[in-house]
Formats: sequence, structure tokens, C-alpha cells
Amino acid sequence: MAGIENVLSVENLSVRMGQAGLTVVDGLDFSLPAGEMLALVGESGSGKTMAARSVLGLLPPPFVATPESRIRFRGTDLVSAPPETLRQIRGAGIGMVFQEPMVSLNPAMTIGRQMAEGLALHRKLGKAEIRDMSLAMLERIRIQDPARCLAAFPHEFSGGMRQRIMLASVMLLKPALLIADEPTTALDTLIQRDVLDLMVELTQENNTAVLLISHDLGMVAHYVRNVVVMHKGRAVEQGDSRAVLHAPKHDYTRRLVDALPRRSAGGSRSGGAPAEPLIELKDVVIDYPGRARLFGRAAGKRAVHGVDLAINRGETLALVGASGSGKTTLGRAIVGLVTPSGGTMAFRGAPLAYRRDAGGRALRQAIQIVFQDPYSSLDPRQRIAGIVGEPLKLDPALDRARRQARVAEVFAEVGLAPELADRFPHQLSGGQRQRVAIARAIVSRPAFVVADEPVSALDMTVQKQILKLFRDLQARYGFACLFVSHDLGAVEQVADRVAVMENGRIVETGTRDDVFDRPQHAYTRRLLDAAMLLDRTFAGADGAGGPRLLSGAAGS
Amino acid sequence: MIARAFGLPALRFNGLIGILVVGLLLLVAVFGPWLAPYDPLKLDLMARLQGPSAAHLLGADEFGRDLLSRLIHGARTSAWIAFATVVFAIVFGTVVGVLAGFLRGWTDRILMMVNDALLAFPGLLLALGFMAVFGASRNGIIVALGIAYMPVAVRVVRGTVLSIREREFVEASRVIGNSGIVTMLRHVLPNCLAPIMVLATTMFGWVVLSESALSFLGLGVPPPAPSWGNMLSTGRPYINQAPHIIILPGLCISITLLGVNLLGDAVRDWLDPKMQD
Repeated sequence: MAGIENVLSVENLSVRMGQAGLTVVDGLDFSLPAGEMLALVGESGSGKTMAARSVLGLLPPPFVATPESRIRFRGTDLVSAPPETLRQIRGAGIGMVFQEPMVSLNPAMTIGRQMAEGLALHRKLGKAEIRDMSLAMLERIRIQDPARCLAAFPHEFSGGMRQRIMLASVMLLKPALLIADEPTTALDTLIQRDVLDLMVELTQENNTAVLLISHDLGMVAHYVRNVVVMHKGRAVEQGDSRAVLHAPKHDYTRRLVDALPRRSAGGSRSGGAPAEPLIELKDVVIDYPGRARLFGRAAGKRAVHGVDLAINRGETLALVGASGSGKTTLGRAIVGLVTPSGGTMAFRGAPLAYRRDAGGRALRQAIQIVFQDPYSSLDPRQRIAGIVGEPLKLDPALDRARRQARVAEVFAEVGLAPELADRFPHQLSGGQRQRVAIARAIVSRPAFVVADEPVSALDMTVQKQILKLFRDLQARYGFACLFVSHDLGAVEQVADRVAVMENGRIVETGTRDDVFDRPQHAYTRRLLDAAMLLDRTFAGADGAGGPRLLSGAAGS
Repeated sequence: MIARAFGLPALRFNGLIGILVVGLLLLVAVFGPWLAPYDPLKLDLMARLQGPSAAHLLGADEFGRDLLSRLIHGARTSAWIAFATVVFAIVFGTVVGVLAGFLRGWTDRILMMVNDALLAFPGLLLALGFMAVFGASRNGIIVALGIAYMPVAVRVVRGTVLSIREREFVEASRVIGNSGIVTMLRHVLPNCLAPIMVLATTMFGWVVLSESALSFLGLGVPPPAPSWGNMLSTGRPYINQAPHIIILPGLCISITLLGVNLLGDAVRDWLDPKMQD
């Protein structure tokens, strides 16, 4: 196939830990013509990042590409290339955008200096020329006040802005190939779309080929024609992305497609029993204090502006919004981690106050939280059984044997194998850890659980399992839930009612079907549009699956 | 194999060396009086500045005192001072650091103001000042050096606590209903152990050196009682005639430091659940 000009061709790529160790990428083949896009899709541990990194020769030790591997970039073999050649190709020939713009931009350097770095290294240009090019590029990506941006530091920008700047500084060198490793995974749905659109625009202008690494098959199908699905280091399926999505051939691909969010069958559960408010918020205001100054404090920031919200017994209310909308703060206020500066909160009709007496303790047991990141919410020095059983220690009625019995019971309920009891959190997978966090939350039989983005740190197939577990547990124990999320796909699967939050205010509340199918507020529509764009391509995937996710909103 | 039987992870080579060195030091310190061939204070002017011989295995010092006996007794003094000082500094430093980091607010500000004031003085100068108050004695040295090194421990522990208290598992502990004290003892303190261990072993080295320096300045263990530090300082004028009387205590200090550091690393690894795979 020497006739068609491939920017990148990868043959028989294998990556091992050391010379004879564990194989993380196993005989991967793909090629990428100039100006085209190709996506490597897979879950964590599938080897997709390792494959991408080996193209740049940036494998973290002890991982190495085997000598039989061939990676050709415009005819040069990168596996056997000397470090000097690789350095010349990096940046100028192959650009890379990483997942976390927070980490990949140097916090101690101005944007201008970081953008200039690559140009100064690979092009012989004067300072003024570099500055002009950087300014033109920032203007191109529609950054307001580019001159000021050059002098600013990364922390002054939001995550989406940082990723755009990152993209701009990489594309400044007009590389022939851009490797984007989960470029939008850390971003909100709305911003995700902006960044991806921008990436497509910039790369098409410069005829840059794109190798996109992602776990999100739905998103990939929208942007990329050719896809390689990876599982445990092997390419299990490759071809046209829509074909893969609509008629997956391999078992694993099918599971991946099944895990894409779709509305749970059956209507909302609420409506049967008379609505009986469990938690009522009235005009709740939450301020973050400003920085302490020599005298007094700087002006604070208001995160929540007068929110009214009621959550009924046994129902799941999803609180949806972009990051910074105040939804997490509101959830934290209910569990007492943040103190509101105004308004009232009531639980079962009584004021919600965490006092240091028996009443306060009972309240603590009745209201629990599951955090977003199951790794940082579990004490790394405690064993799993200890973590799950800890809330029970506060109940004087339970002796040791009773506590152990209860812990064993909860282990079974959340689907944790009993032999995990003696492990430490780092020995568990992400999904298992989140099960532990859920077990800890429900072990004291709470009446109300706040779930703060409980699945957004997990792989798609694991997300699906955890959401199902959540629904099952709720059906069995009837606790009410405030499900805080920016992921409309997840919300759709668990919510009875949805409240949409924007800039600290609730702009729309309604049943799930009302909000998803007949959104009233403009912001809700924008959120749905962004999510839908990523999913619409997938509309025909399950003809029998009942009303399609989000598609009803198209006409309104 | 033995370590496995006690539920400890298999020893690595470094840890083994650390244990051997520190164990030997402890044995010598405890059984010193029975091990030493001579009375460390007994003068034998005939043997003045003698090199190693059958009678004096490691030679004799400027007053003809048996060097081996003095090193053995010195181990007792130096090891005890270093150990007690480190425990003193780390325990008080951890208490203050955890309180400041966990309570924040005014407690933090006042504690850290005092601490930073102490930190502004060089440790040895501070110790000299305290020595002037407490007088040159073994316990005086321990308290003086302990207070001098405590501010460092406070800083390190407070910094660690500040980063750990922001982690979600600490918030989770609050949501469960644990009181502040339980959260602090059960979740925050154990997670500070790694930096504390590293600091403690490093500090052991500083203290042995500081004790030598104090003795060198005449404010340490008062002669004729032997400590490695004052042996080093009193032997200094004879460095050309009899280098062994200064090299040997120096070697003892170096080997002890090496052993303690290796042991400290190993202990930190044992305490880290992530190393137990």
C-alpha cells in the first residue's frame, strides 16, 4: 500500500513491560492517511494510551516497544530511530494533547512563553514573529483579548479554555499528525463539544491527521470515521465507526455499545405514592469566604443563589449542570460539609442541623454521601472491611459480632466478594472501590443519599453496572437520592425528576421525561443539544430499545 | 522468611543491613559495660596515642584510655541522646503540627507564629541557648536539641496534615458522624506516618552530629565521660600523630547514620499498605 500516502503506519506494534514481561499492546496494526482521523477506543487498561505513546517514543519505563514493531511516520521508522531524530519529530511533526490541561500546561509559565517554546525550538524565528504568530493563533481560537492571554498564567483559565490554548500551541507548529489522548474527558459536555469542534477545524485547515484516543464510543462515532476498538492490548474490531456502533461484531464491542447510556425502561417511579417531602430546601444561599486579608476578608463568592428544592421519600432527583454551577456545593450543604449562609433546610419536617448530640448523630446516619472519586474518598491505610464497617462503630447498640455480620451482609448487597474484606483500597479496581464507597454509605441504612458524580470517574461498562446497582439498592431499601451529575446519559438512567442548575440558580425542575423531551429553559436545551450531538449518530443502534435517548428533544 | 512469619513483607537487602547495624548498636549500648575490655576512664599513660595492639585492640587515646572501651560506652551515650531527642522532637512536633493543621484558624496562626520564630534561629544556636539554661548534662542536651529540632517536625507534619485534610476520605469520615478527634486520630494521623518516619531517621543523623558539635564546643556531654562527639573533639589536636583516635569515632557516627537511614526507609515501606503486594 505504498501508493497512498500514509502519515502514520503502525505494523505489529507490541509493547511489553521490560523485555519479557507483561504484554500491554499486542500486535496492533493501523494506518492513518494524511489529513484523516482515526480513533483508538477502549477502556482503561486496554493499551490505547500505551499504543499512542509509543508513536512518540514516550513510553514510561519499564515499558518498551518490541523490536519487531514498525511505526512509520512519513517513511521514518520511529521504533529504531535515534533519540535525536525523535526529538526533531516531536512537536514539529507530531503534536500531542493530553487529557488534563491542568497538568500539561506548566503553572509557573505564562501562556505566551509556553506557546513560544515549540516555535523557538523547531523554527528559526525572531521574538516578534513568534509573538505575532501566537497572537494570530489565539485570535483564531476565539480567545478574548489575546494580548492579555499571552501574559496570563494557566490557572487564570477554565479547564475548557486551557485545553483550547493547549490545542492552539500544539497546532501552531502545523504538525502532520496530532495525537489527542482523551482530550475532553475531564471537561463538561458543553465544553467538550466546543473543544472537539475546534480540534477538527484546526486540523482540517492544516491538513493534520488526528489519532484520537478515547473511551467514549458515542463521541468518537460523531467525529471520526475510522475506529479501532482495543481490549486488553489487542485490536478486537476496526472499521467504519458507524458500522462498528450499529453492528458490533466482537463480543467486547457489543458490551461497550450496550453500556452507552439509554433511558431505563418504564416511566418514573414517583407518582404512585403521594409525594411526601423528605428534604426541603427554601431559599438556600451558600457563599464561599474570600481570602483572609490582614484586616477582615476579601469579598467571597456566592456559589448558590436562593435555591428552593424538595426531594420526596424514595425518589431520585438529579441535579444537572455544568461545572461551577453550584450543584456539588448544594449537595455538600445537605450532608453538612458546607454551611449555608442563608435559607432553611429541613429533613422530615425538622430543621436540618448537625448538632453534637444524639439527634445530630441520628441525622448523620440518616444522610450519607457517595463521592466522585472512589480512590480519594477511601482511607488508603484502612482495610475494606474497616472502611465499610466504620459508620457502625458509632452505633453503641451494635457489638463487634453484629457489626461484622452487618458488613458481610452489605458486601453481598453491593456485589463485593467476601475475600476483598482484608484488602486495601489500592488493590481494588475503580468499580470495586466505588462499590465500597456505596457500601459505606448504605451500611447505616440511610433515608437519603447524596451521590456526587458517582460514576464519572469510571469506565463505561463499569458505569453501567454501578448505576444498575444503585437503582437496585434504591428499589430494595427505598432511600431517596440526590444524584449530582453533569452527565445526562447517567442521569437519564436513574432519575425520577431532574433539576437543572445554572450559575447557582435552579432554572428548571420537572419529571425526567418532561425535562428531557420538553425542555423549557434555553440552558436546558443547550445542555441536551450538546449531549444529543454525541448520541444522535447512535439513534438507530437499538431499534427495539423503546423511546430513544434524548431524540425527542430534536423538534422542540 | 522470618519477616513473613510475623506478617511483615520480605526484607529487602537495604532493610536487612539497617536492622543489623541498628541492632548491633542497641546491643552494644545495652550490654556495653560487660562488653568493654577496660574501664573507659582508666588512664594508662604508657599506652598514650598507641595504635592498635593486642592489649588495646583499637589503640588508646591521648590519656592512654582504651579506645574500644570508650567507643562502646560512647555508643551508649550517643545512641541514647539521639534516640531520646528524636522521640522528643517528633512526638511534640507531631502533636503541635497535627493540632495546627487540623484545627486551623487562630490555633494555627499562634502556634505557627511561635514555631516560625523558633525556626528563624539556626538549630545549633538555639540548642546552645537552651544548654546555657539547662546546663551541660545528658538530659539537658536531649531537651535542648529536642526543642531546637521540633519546629522542623511541626512544619513537616502540618504541611502533610493540610494536604490530607482536603482529601475526600476525611470528609467522608465527617459525614459518617465521627468527631473531629476520631477523624484526626483514625484517618489523618496514620496517613502522615510516611513523612514522619523519613523525617525521624534523617533527624537522627542531625542529632548525632549536633551532639558532636555541642561536645566539640564544650557544651555537650562533659568529659571525661565518653561520647562519640566529644571523642572527636578532644582527639582533634592529635590528628597528625594518631589519626585513629579521630577516625574511629567518626566512622562509628557514619555507620550509625547509614544504618538508621536504611532502617527508616524499610520501616516506611512496611507501614505503607501499597508496598504489601
